[in-house]
Amino acid sequence: MSAEANTKSMSMIVTKGTLDWAYPPFILATTAAAMGVEVNMFFTFYGLGLLKKDLDLKVNTLGNPAMEMPMGGHHVAMPNLLAAMPGMTGITTSMMKDLMKKKGVASVEELRELAIEAEVNMVACQMTMDLFEYSLDDMIEGPQLGGAATFIEMATKSDINLYI
Amino acid sequence: MADQVLDAKGLNCPLPILKAKKALNAMPTGSTLEIQATDPGSVKDFEAFCRATGNEMVEQNNDGKVFNFVIRHTG
Repeated sequence: MSAEANTKSMSMIVTKGTLDWAYPPFILATTAAAMGVEVNMFFTFYGLGLLKKDLDLKVNTLGNPAMEMPMGGHHVAMPNLLAAMPGMTGITTSMMKDLMKKKGVASVEELRELAIEAEVNMVACQMTMDLFEYSLDDMIEGPQLGGAATFIEMATKSDINLYI
Repeated sequence: MADQVLDAKGLNCPLPILKAKKALNAMPTGSTLEIQATDPGSVKDFEAFCRATGNEMVEQNNDGKVFNFVIRHTG
């Protein structure tokens, strides 16, 4: 990537680690990189899980009445009581993954790989690493460790700042 | 006829853009890439992509199902 003075840059804070919420940061990071934007991603709290070597992301409709799945021409929302039953996270996750495959949506793994390839700068939050007892050995290669000041410095130099 | 053709049919956002960018990177300046996509959102997205990257949209058309774009690598 060029280091021209007019290169645009984007920084984002990634705080969520469920299958659905893993998409916005990686879609925006890869697309911005493809459009010549320098990208920084700061992974904190549950977002940190998106850096793990083995991604086993899950989704559940529990507490999210807005989540409806297309089914036979209709849209079906799951009652919370049902979503809370044992095994529902696995079922909902499989349904979501099948749907994404059918619709030609990239997997999170694929998008993450493309982000790394595009030299997106990734920072893992040191405090959250300590808090949840992760080590860099649990994570993919590439991310550096940093804290709030690291992000703020990146953010002050960025044209776009997002909190996801 | 474009110098290279990218079949992005069946792929959803943002894959057509990412694959087009990858293909353009490997092509010499001035050459043309034809992208075939089925994602209707790719129309606005490829226009934005070209404006942001300085690549030239030479041609675009669709038959209602497949959206074709010819982009010259100038960015």
